[in-house]
Amino acid sequence: MARPVPAAPPPAPVAQRLVIRYAKRGRMRFASHRDVARAIERGVRRAGLPGVCSAPDVRDRLDAALPDGIDVIEVLELADAPGGAGARRLEGSQWRVVLPGVAAGEAARAVRAFLATESIVVERLTSKGLRQLDARAAVVTMELDRRAAQEADAGDAALRMVVRHVTPAVRPDDILAALSKVAALEPSSPPLVTRLAQGPLGMQASTGGARDDAVVGAGERVAPWFAGPSAAGPVAAEPAPAPRGPAAAERQETEARLGRAGAAALGNAAATAPLPTAYEQLPRGARRPVSGPRAREYDGRLPGCSKPSDTTETQTTTTTRPLATPLA
Amino acid sequence: MPVPSVYSRLEPLLPLVRKPVQYVGGELNSVVKDWDAADVRWALMYPDAYEVGLPNQGIQILYEVLNSRDRVLAERTYSVWPDLEKLMRSRGVPQFTVDAHRPVRAFDVLGVSFATELGYTNLLTALDLAGIPLAAADRGLQDPVVLAGGHAAFNPEPIAEFLDGAVLGDGEQAVLAITELIRDWKRAGRPGGRDGLLLRLAAGGGVYVPRFYDVDYRPDGRIGRVVPNRRGVPRAVAKHTVMDLDSWPYPRRPLVPVAESVHERFSVEIFRGCTRGCRFCQAGMITRPVRERTVSAIGEMVDAGLAASGFSEVGLLSLSSADHSEINEIATGLADRYEGTNTGLSLPSTRVDAFNVTLADELSRNGRRSGLTFAPEGGTDRIRKVINKMVTEDDLIKTVTTAYASGWRQVKLYFMCGLPTETDEDVVAIARVARRVIEAGRAATGRRDIRCTVSIGGFVPKPHTPFQWAAQCDHETVDARLHALGSALRADRSYGKSIGYRYHDGRPSVIEGLLSRGDRRVAKVIQAAWADGARFDGWSEYFSFDRWERCAAEALAGHGVDLAWYTTRERGYAEVLPWDHLDAGLDRDWLWQDWLAAIDPEGAEEVEDCRWTPCFECGVCPSMGTEIQVGPTGARLLPLTVVGAQAASGHAGSPESVNVMNEATGSGA
Repeated sequence: MARPVPAAPPPAPVAQRLVIRYAKRGRMRFASHRDVARAIERGVRRAGLPGVCSAPDVRDRLDAALPDGIDVIEVLELADAPGGAGARRLEGSQWRVVLPGVAAGEAARAVRAFLATESIVVERLTSKGLRQLDARAAVVTMELDRRAAQEADAGDAALRMVVRHVTPAVRPDDILAALSKVAALEPSSPPLVTRLAQGPLGMQASTGGARDDAVVGAGERVAPWFAGPSAAGPVAAEPAPAPRGPAAAERQETEARLGRAGAAALGNAAATAPLPTAYEQLPRGARRPVSGPRAREYDGRLPGCSKPSDTTETQTTTTTRPLATPLA
Repeated sequence: MPVPSVYSRLEPLLPLVRKPVQYVGGELNSVVKDWDAADVRWALMYPDAYEVGLPNQGIQILYEVLNSRDRVLAERTYSVWPDLEKLMRSRGVPQFTVDAHRPVRAFDVLGVSFATELGYTNLLTALDLAGIPLAAADRGLQDPVVLAGGHAAFNPEPIAEFLDGAVLGDGEQAVLAITELIRDWKRAGRPGGRDGLLLRLAAGGGVYVPRFYDVDYRPDGRIGRVVPNRRGVPRAVAKHTVMDLDSWPYPRRPLVPVAESVHERFSVEIFRGCTRGCRFCQAGMITRPVRERTVSAIGEMVDAGLAASGFSEVGLLSLSSADHSEINEIATGLADRYEGTNTGLSLPSTRVDAFNVTLADELSRNGRRSGLTFAPEGGTDRIRKVINKMVTEDDLIKTVTTAYASGWRQVKLYFMCGLPTETDEDVVAIARVARRVIEAGRAATGRRDIRCTVSIGGFVPKPHTPFQWAAQCDHETVDARLHALGSALRADRSYGKSIGYRYHDGRPSVIEGLLSRGDRRVAKVIQAAWADGARFDGWSEYFSFDRWERCAAEALAGHGVDLAWYTTRERGYAEVLPWDHLDAGLDRDWLWQDWLAAIDPEGAEEVEDCRWTPCFECGVCPSMGTEIQVGPTGARLLPLTVVGAQAASGHAGSPESVNVMNEATGSGA
């Protein structure tokens, strides 16, 4: 006798869509995208978020429910997100690379050689076999980061670069392999690579008055949120292709607004923030200072703003569904 | 003096290794305590990869028990994969804990939990990376006391040389007793040095200290005798048993890893021990008697555990979960409570004769159907009698029919190959059983997409079981039978893809057999294999039979024994077994009678379960001063009452926290 097969309960209707901007900090920089996705799913359950919740409320409760180092920066209702879908496009990343044991002059030469080359093909073993990647083509800008270098031990050189998201992905280690190819860089220990930000790429630096207060090298054409606070200006800058596409106009306006807010915040932060230690060891359960990282970081800036911390920021969209019984 | 973190030296290596997130710690509910505020500091190790070790219940329980005490600190360490090991060696980074990245050598105790003997080489890697001398005899006051626990600790003789001590049985109370002894000894100025501490642990802490016992051997290679070599240590060391599990409701705050692990769920142990009496099963023999948690206690643990973790699946763990006296009440109560929250329930492999319609429905109520696994273990009724499995093929067919009719499309069936008295026919018969299973499923559902997977591995005789005297089947025979079974499964095309086949070849089982029933002479084999590169022997991609075979031949050469002597040789009643001085409570004569009953040429005699038939005198309860603790209690789980919108973890203790109601509605509580 066949018994009726119990059907899975139908998915609840979507009650709310949220855009969550989060950071992976310190040791959590090693968490993969899937790791973070699982953590957020559990965090939502652990936070006991009801079906519909105000964005700031979600931010506080979700942040408290996540492991230290996966920090919710900001939550917006999708309808409120500036630029709609445009603000969520992740087209490129800004990276900082510290090269232990490499002198600044040596690194600068490598950067010049790298930028002067049209194409540098490197190989990487992927799950689909050995792939050839053009590491040079993915790099939008690359410069010596003198501030980071000053603060790092023993005058280690540091680079900042903006890398376009391409398929297959060109990773910082591919670019480092390419740098070694053109300039035989030999760090004394593995380079420390940090993604500082990611978001949309490309706009004219001179767009409107919005960029008046941005600290960027003249004529540089990069997304405002990528604008690096390099004390000595960029060692080298490469023109990036201007954005093309149907949403370009809307995006430009959005990004102009982002640029102003972002650069202002950036200037302040850059002036005061020391290079954070990679691993801030706090005893669990220790009382978190009110002016701790979380309080300091939530400063009302919009998604996609750059900020010089040892942090990766990413956006994710989550959908909460009303639960029949709120989770304990 | 605070011990500095090694993280700054480890971090530059992490981008160069696979899955670096497994080395960074920071799990939800992990604890980092102030080093200087602790008198006694434990490093707890699971000697396998993080993804396997993190979910381990034993480690999680002890971690929480220890850290819940004032002035006691516990951190965790796991085996590092060879890619990181190589980098750590080249950079001089020592074995570290994942909690605060402290060097393992700085702790007072390194407690290692061995679920399987295949972790032994990983112990040596960890000791070596930590800078702790491999041989216990070479350690000084600056080195931690290295203790083994877990099921393999019931015969720690093959690693005796590397251990300061072994703790048999339940760890909750034992670790606290050991902590007290260490604290007293440190406060007293460490009288007697390292040996002084070990003597205290052996005399008053229930710790087996191998070097306080001398072993001598007869000319034929068998053990002559094992005797204490100093006053104050017991002739035989007894296991620890925690009674009343409700008063030890751990884990309360389960560790939730950022990295992916093998069990992504909140696991609650619904009872400990098993008296089904399967003759091959070491776990069932050494964890007696059965001690159930009550429905109410389980409900509270699940409630707290889910709130603290955010997990969306609850695993009801035990050696045979469907045997809990109130399993239906537990399953129904939890399914009611969490209806509509997408919280799944799962059981580990389930006894064929304990599964029922209620359980089938409750496990699938929320639509998430985790796999169903049954363990008939043998292919014929005859061999199942030999192992005292007490289920027939008809029982199995009836049960899978229930499962398929309740909506499952696939069941997994576990078997063993190489059991005592087994013939080729016993193994090949599994193909016929699998076809009957598929037929039953197709008939019950009218569907063709019914599947079953046959999973089979080699049997390894284990200490403290009736089969401890058995000859292990050689790997050539095991592999031939597995091959014959594969052919038989493929023979009938009409079952084509309906039947899956997974098997573990016989050779690793031989090495597991050597390590399981080995004596102190096997230490040299382990050390030689490790020095030759053996790591992660439980992982087929790392395991090398040829290496072990070669190292065994070389290291045992002078002793008049060899690999076959330890594995495929049947032992006699009078032979002193390497673990005879370690007491799991089982009466040796009862084990022997059970062994004879199994191999009776007239057909095996079966032994019932003492939970529902009179005591069959295995010896555990009288010798250990324990008793069976089972329900029914008559209690029911009531729905959770949620007060206020802030009913989340992190708000626990506030007036708005979840109000958990449990109520005994019956009389037998």
